[in-house]
Amino acid sequence: MSTNATSARAKLSLPVSERDHILGPEDAPVTLVEYGDFECPYCGAAHLIVKEVQKVMSNSLRFVFRHFPLTQIHPHAEVAAEAAESAGAQDRFWEMHDLLYANQQLLDPAHLVGFAEELSLDTVKFVRELRDHVHHEHVREDFTSGVRSGVNGTPAFFINGFRYDGSWEFGPLLKALEDGSVDANAI
Amino acid sequence: MVERTDNENPNGGSALKAETTAPDFTLSSGADEKVSLSDFRGRPVILAFYPADWSPVCGDQMALYNEVLPEFKRFNAELFGVSVDGVWCHRAYREHRNLHFRLLSDFEPKGEVARTYGVYRDGEGVTERALFVIDGEGRIAWSYVSPIEVNPGADGILNALESLSGKEVANVDKRNKRESQTKSASL
Repeated sequence: MSTNATSARAKLSLPVSERDHILGPEDAPVTLVEYGDFECPYCGAAHLIVKEVQKVMSNSLRFVFRHFPLTQIHPHAEVAAEAAESAGAQDRFWEMHDLLYANQQLLDPAHLVGFAEELSLDTVKFVRELRDHVHHEHVREDFTSGVRSGVNGTPAFFINGFRYDGSWEFGPLLKALEDGSVDANAI
Repeated sequence: MVERTDNENPNGGSALKAETTAPDFTLSSGADEKVSLSDFRGRPVILAFYPADWSPVCGDQMALYNEVLPEFKRFNAELFGVSVDGVWCHRAYREHRNLHFRLLSDFEPKGEVARTYGVYRDGEGVTERALFVIDGEGRIAWSYVSPIEVNPGADGILNALESLSGKEVANVDKRNKRESQTKSASL
């Protein structure tokens, strides 16, 4: 009865492109896409592991972060995602991404503006963009692409376009990524 | 025809399949509120059977559907969660999780509706984690039974709704064509 969708690994419905936030070289053999929520504690834990994995794999890994805010259980997740995008519009997406994960309990608007100041952003522009929800569409597009790719919770990972359902503890994740790398080299 | 009889009288939990008529039912969605499937003729209905309120995976699944509701609405689809929990349990759960869709109580006789859809687990007294997308004419367009511990996500539902709306668009196109042909014929 459970023969259809579960046996096939879910695929990333929206390919990685210029619209995405990308760390690592374009020609890296492995691409890891994460769908995450800044207020989700599991994502906070996974963030540290991804950092470690990035260090070890260095230029053989390309990392992409997309938003998947569960706004009804995480009241600050949406505004935090938009804050990261707004920082991104000022070329500081990853710095804000890291700050948000380091301060998961402090994602109210006042603290978000504090983070923008800490990153020396143009805070007037930052506040205006948050108020006008300038980046809402982009966040929603990320979310929808996740739903269409079979994301069923956060964090969700895709390795070279296929959903990774294994453990995201450091060892298993690194191994899966290195295996992905081998696959890519074999092709 | 034999197959259809099997579907209508499920034995050992064989879920009703696409092209089967969705059995009508009336269930409580609150202390003083009842919902009948037949009330929703003309628009798609999504039935998400899940084992129990409060269990962790369900939480994620219902939280996810809560977020995806705007997408379901784009297809004018109505979503119902269905479990064997009673109305007061549903109410507490819905309030706690801030759910914006109704939960139906398949409570008395316990699991009767789940049985007619072939998704009741006799030994455990709960329903399968099963999804049904029902078209505007009351026919099952798509069904899926997930392993009970796995959140099936929403991509299957959206794909089913999309192909339904595609069919509807095609039908409208055909109708329009016919009408315009009739018009030009009468001119």
